Amino acid sequence: MQGFASEFSSALSLILNGDAELWAIVLLSLKVSVFAVLISALIGMPVGAALAVARFPGRRVLIVLMNALMGLPPVVVGLLVYLMLSRSGPLGVLELLYTPTAMIIAQVVLVTPIVAALTRQVVEMLAEEYSEQLRSLGVSRLASVPVLLWDARLALLTALLAGFGRAIAEVGAVIIVGGNINHVTRVMTTTIALETSKGNLALALALGAILIGIAVAVNAMVSTLSLRAEQEGLRHA
Amino acid sequence: MRDLVSEMASCLSVDGVRISRKGKVLLDVSQLSLDGPGPTLILGPNGSGKSLLLRCLHGLIVPDRGQVRQDGVVLNANHKARQGMVFQQPVLLRRSVAANLDFVLKRQGFSRRLRKSRIEGLLAEGGLDGKARQSARSLSGGEAQRLAILRALALDPETLFLDEPTSALDPNATQMIERMILRASSRSVRIVMVTHDIGQARRLAADIVMMQGGHVVEHGVAKQVLDAPESDAARRYLAGGLVT
Repeated sequence: MQGFASEFSSALSLILNGDAELWAIVLLSLKVSVFAVLISALIGMPVGAALAVARFPGRRVLIVLMNALMGLPPVVVGLLVYLMLSRSGPLGVLELLYTPTAMIIAQVVLVTPIVAALTRQVVEMLAEEYSEQLRSLGVSRLASVPVLLWDARLALLTALLAGFGRAIAEVGAVIIVGGNINHVTRVMTTTIALETSKGNLALALALGAILIGIAVAVNAMVSTLSLRAEQEGLRHA
Repeated sequence: MRDLVSEMASCLSVDGVRISRKGKVLLDVSQLSLDGPGPTLILGPNGSGKSLLLRCLHGLIVPDRGQVRQDGVVLNANHKARQGMVFQQPVLLRRSVAANLDFVLKRQGFSRRLRKSRIEGLLAEGGLDGKARQSARSLSGGEAQRLAILRALALDPETLFLDEPTSALDPNATQMIERMILRASSRSVRIVMVTHDIGQARRLAADIVMMQGGHVVEHGVAKQVLDAPESDAARRYLAGGLVT
């Protein structure tokens, strides 16, 4: 019991004293996940919005597929990205394996379906409400996409935060493509896994506490934004 | 700006329009011509095809057969661009009051300076000055509907369609909306409006289209239709009887 108390105390001291190694890991984790979410937003939002407003054969199948991809197992994504980036893979010449870029790519693969599926859902609901009015104003389906994306901004921010939550807490994919190299590709989750196995619980606990703090903050933001988006919708009804 | 004062309102006509779904005829209008001065009000019980006719006239619904013409020409994109529509439930963008107006003006290619002055003028016309920066979704029902009408008028339309715009409003809010409609009509904007309110029809209409079961059962000068209806359906509807 005393051992645990001492580990907690050391963890707290690492956080409060601004331990350089700890904060470097936190910073890299944030950088990788923020970049991944931004790229996912650039891909996922237009794709989700297009699926929401376009009508073509096979659309329902694509939506089911996209929803299914939300639950992609991270280790499988890690393996696939590894195969693509490994020396003998199609993108091997880029020499991206075991770099933060590889980790970003893996997280983009994981997060994009989440962003796209949630965007599709949100935009489709809004498109239903706006449809006649926008057509009356002469706005074509294609031109309605940016209008709908902008007007759904609060709900879409929630989708991005959900994607960020998935990315920052993910371990399976980044450990495969990043390799968990000290000072290069070591992020919070992979460090926690490694340090726990080494018995260095103080660093693992400190990172765990920060990760939980980030998760709570993200969820608090999601709740606040969801509530605001809901109120915007209700006010109109 | 078009020279609204000197222009005559555009002429709308319906020629053999028919819409059916799952074997049921929802709208069947052989001939209808809206060419007189002043607002046209469409009356009739629920499900009589009033809103469907309005959407057909605005090109939101393409009929299975028949045609809608404006000034003798089959309704096309140019005509639609000069029409505005206000729905029963105002659909406002999740933006500020001014941004809702700016949206349509920007699409028409107005410069920033012109847009600003036009928005100020429109807000004053609708009694919404001072609310430019307020979220459009936080407006009251009457204010929201006024903004929806202003947004439609910002397009400088030849025709303004209104689908029961005051059905959920109190008498004060209704009066403000009716004044806006009459002002637009006096500027030669053709007004075509659906209502259930016979009193409103008396206050606004120059002519009345009475509908039942997807058909136009009567069309004539408002006073004549309201005071001496020719059809049984119109007589029963105006007498407050149950017409289905």
